Amino acid sequence: MNVREIASKLGLKFYAGEEYAEKTAKGCYIGDLLSLAMSKVQMDYVWITIQTNVNIVAVASLADAGCIILADGCVPDEKTVERAKEQEIIILGSEMSAYELAVRLSEMGI
Amino acid sequence: MAELMKLHYEVNGDDFTRAGETSSKVKKTLNQLGFNPEVVRKVAIAMYEGEINMVIHADGGEIDVAIAPEKITVVMKDVGPGIPDLDMAMTEGFSTADHSVRELGFGAGMGLPNMKKYSDGLNIETELGKGTTVTLEFNA
Repeated sequence: MNVREIASKLGLKFYAGEEYAEKTAKGCYIGDLLSLAMSKVQMDYVWITIQTNVNIVAVASLADAGCIILADGCVPDEKTVERAKEQEIIILGSEMSAYELAVRLSEMGI
Repeated sequence: MAELMKLHYEVNGDDFTRAGETSSKVKKTLNQLGFNPEVVRKVAIAMYEGEINMVIHADGGEIDVAIAPEKITVVMKDVGPGIPDLDMAMTEGFSTADHSVRELGFGAGMGLPNMKKYSDGLNIETELGKGTTVTLEFNA
């Protein structure tokens, strides 16, 4: 499964990185503490969080995440979007909660 | 053992938004040199934790990276306040970071524990009022 398919099936909004959406996504981690997220997010994982500050880009980049999904309608800071574009990180957003997103991802085989 | 490369970086202490840049650069370099992705990931995670610590606690510092075919050594040096109780600081969940830092998603008390977990060797020299030098070693 790639990020574009996930985005389209779950109706996610692209905030950054749509041009890289053919990237593979597998596995998922939910969490807002950056140190924990960095050690738990594995390569190509979907990382669901409500953190919107610029440091999520560094975490996703260093951990090789597949994409970030912001849950509960959270909107990334302007600087976060800017940095994500520089670092080729995909940021998506949804009104769904982290739980709802995870259930839907699980149903899709992620 | 022949060293392939030595890198030196300054970490800006008052800019949270740029924290992680040094780790990103080192990660990119190690990838270009063809190191095992798992090793690169370990270096990136441990270094990022160190970088964040330097910004949160020590107003920045300097990082030196020595890359050899079988070993990567990262020395992170600051002239911050030092660590009063190293045993406590090594305990998962213990943090002295303030509320504003926690709101950003840091300060979970995972910094030094993660640095230990993801490195093959960790040495910390710290003196109150003088600063801290953390040396991380990774087997490639």
